[in-house]
Amino acid sequence: MQKTYKLNQNRAPIYEALQTFRQMRVVPFDVPGHKRGRGNPELTAFLGQQCVSIDVNSMKPLDNLCHPISVIRQAEELAADAFGAAQAFLMVGGTTSSVQSMVLSTCKRGDKIILPRNVHRSVINALVLCGAIPVYVNPEVDHRLGISLGMKRDQVKKAIDEHPDAVAVLVNNPTYYGICSDIRAIVQMAHDAGMYCLADEAHGTHFYFGEDMPVSAMEAGADMSAVSMHKSGGSLTQSSLLLAGPAIPEGHIRKIINLTQTTSGSYLLMSSLDISRRNLVLRGKDVFRQVIAMADYAREEINAIGGYYAFGRELINRDSIFDFDPTKLSVHTRDIGLAGIEVYDLLRDEYDIQIEFGDIGNILAYLSIGDRPQELERLVSALAEIRRRYQTDASGLMNQEYIDPEVVTSPQAAFYADKKSVPLDQSVGCVCSEFVMCYPPGIPILAPGERITSDILAYIRYAKAKGCSMTGTEDPEIEYINILQEDSH
Amino acid sequence: MELWFSEFHTPDVKHSIRVNRHLFSERTEYQQIDIYDTPEFGRVLVLDGNVMLTERDEFIYDEMITHVPMAVHPHIRDVLVIGAGDGGVVRELARYDSIRSIDLVEMDERVVEACRRFLPENACRLDDERVHIYFDNALRFIRRRMAQYDLIIVDSTDPFGPSEGYFTREFYGICYNALREDGIMVNQQGSPFYRHDAEAMQRSHKRIVNTFPISRVYQAHIPTYAAGYWLFGFASKKYHPIDDFDRDRWLALHLDTQYYTVRLHTGAFFLPAFLEKMLQEVE
Repeated sequence: MQKTYKLNQNRAPIYEALQTFRQMRVVPFDVPGHKRGRGNPELTAFLGQQCVSIDVNSMKPLDNLCHPISVIRQAEELAADAFGAAQAFLMVGGTTSSVQSMVLSTCKRGDKIILPRNVHRSVINALVLCGAIPVYVNPEVDHRLGISLGMKRDQVKKAIDEHPDAVAVLVNNPTYYGICSDIRAIVQMAHDAGMYCLADEAHGTHFYFGEDMPVSAMEAGADMSAVSMHKSGGSLTQSSLLLAGPAIPEGHIRKIINLTQTTSGSYLLMSSLDISRRNLVLRGKDVFRQVIAMADYAREEINAIGGYYAFGRELINRDSIFDFDPTKLSVHTRDIGLAGIEVYDLLRDEYDIQIEFGDIGNILAYLSIGDRPQELERLVSALAEIRRRYQTDASGLMNQEYIDPEVVTSPQAAFYADKKSVPLDQSVGCVCSEFVMCYPPGIPILAPGERITSDILAYIRYAKAKGCSMTGTEDPEIEYINILQEDSH
Repeated sequence: MELWFSEFHTPDVKHSIRVNRHLFSERTEYQQIDIYDTPEFGRVLVLDGNVMLTERDEFIYDEMITHVPMAVHPHIRDVLVIGAGDGGVVRELARYDSIRSIDLVEMDERVVEACRRFLPENACRLDDERVHIYFDNALRFIRRRMAQYDLIIVDSTDPFGPSEGYFTREFYGICYNALREDGIMVNQQGSPFYRHDAEAMQRSHKRIVNTFPISRVYQAHIPTYAAGYWLFGFASKKYHPIDDFDRDRWLALHLDTQYYTVRLHTGAFFLPAFLEKMLQEVE
């Protein structure tokens, strides 16, 4: 089915305005001080004259991100049209800023928000900022793969029934591994209960443009969505989009965004969003068809090696795995006796191949618009070699299990409470006041306000021993952890 | 009118050949193919702006990459050739009656077609009944093969283009795996002279050293390649290129060659001091 657009999607107003601006050769007596790169020759040599010459300040012909009325506004209208949203906001603080603006637009202190525990840290950070209380829906776990899946419909229903005063439900569409919940049904349930439905679509940009993809949040009727254009959309790192449906007034969202957003929005980032949106509309369908074909081919080849399991749509069960993003190339490695993180390290250290992440049982290779078949052949061959050279007995490997968190206090209360630092192994039973996570994927193992258990500590020790890059705690070595004072033994 | 083809050997060094006619030009899925007719070097095959071979000096490359391993391994039956769509390596291999199969894996079918048409001296043995041509990605082709070849010849373009994957650890690993227990892999190893090339040469040498128990480098002088100075890698599971070199067996074949000799075979492994140091750095 050919999508139709209301606006002329061949236009890229920010890009066009920058082109015109460059031709005008305006004399800069404003910031930035590098003055089209002249003041910083090394930087200009490194990034290129083209690039530094459009690193300019907000001005009348180029509009202003804080209060857009001309070219930025037009670019946002085009983006809204392209994504089927009522409103779109260009974001320059990463999808973290989109997620935070989304949560802050809908939740305030003391409000409850229903969400799966396998959210990105930026979601819980938003709760620290606004003081909302998380109500976690236990995600299903695939015991073979050791990954958290989507939220089942009846689990969401149960959470809504038990917490009728919640203001919003947040859905990962999809998870980092490409797994989708039944977002249409969840939107319906949330709206029936008078709640908003928010979507973290950090990994879902292509749902809006590819064929044969899981449904996008806007199409499913969600109220807001945070979309990482810089992941599958091809824009520059740190650029992102916040989308909204008709239910929340634009002025309110803009006010919330301006609370934390820079007043010096980068035109490099904004023009990259503008150009990428146009590219997605004009060529996205073909591009993502190729990406799916590459991912399907890689799955077939990797599964033919033996030992590995590159999973795909066969996992779909129409509930906890309502749908699967076919562009995602996730590979279960446990059966060759190696943790995902070990394969991840071998690929980089021995084969000069950098993949997105490795966790306890899986690796994820990110495929996109920029990949070519010859690089895929390298990845598949390197996996074949790793199996030949390093395969061992899998019995000593831990199986990643979902650990049901006990939320003792709100993330905000825990974050700002009096705390003290204790050695990890003396923290069992205490309430944690900071995050512990492997990054990537950046899904917290512990979040502020949660009870520390011996299972969680065992998991942290195992992940550290396998070489996961752990972050979140004040102590960079993750030997000590901050706990709430009143809770100390 | 003066018509010249120029190749940048470094951003600051250019090698130019006068051109009579531009015979063929095509942009394929993988690369830009050009064939020129030149007064000094005859026909010249150029991929992505880099000279692959000229009629005048291809014998040096094709003889050295073929006869060196053939004179070491006593019973080579099954050979895999990667790249080499021009057919020069196959032409040299086809002179050995003892070889029973030659699999040629070339990624770009158009290279073979263009060479059949414009470089018949190279492509002349591609129709030998022992030769099987596969148009495929070599990584994919070899990955599926186990202990199946006695010799693998890697005749790739340089490591900065579509052949980048043929200079990697995973590639050497799957080649090792596709060789029989006494198999040999010979590859074009680039030039050690200009810095950029030298670094790439060291990187791939390091990866081969880490994969094969025996790994030696030998050299030849090839006028149209960067610095006129070229290296080959001899990687082997069992046979040493000099200790196991059987000159009498090779001489008994009475093969007429223009560059390779049994004396040169040994000499080619004696390297200048700067190169020995470069190799030792990564061994």
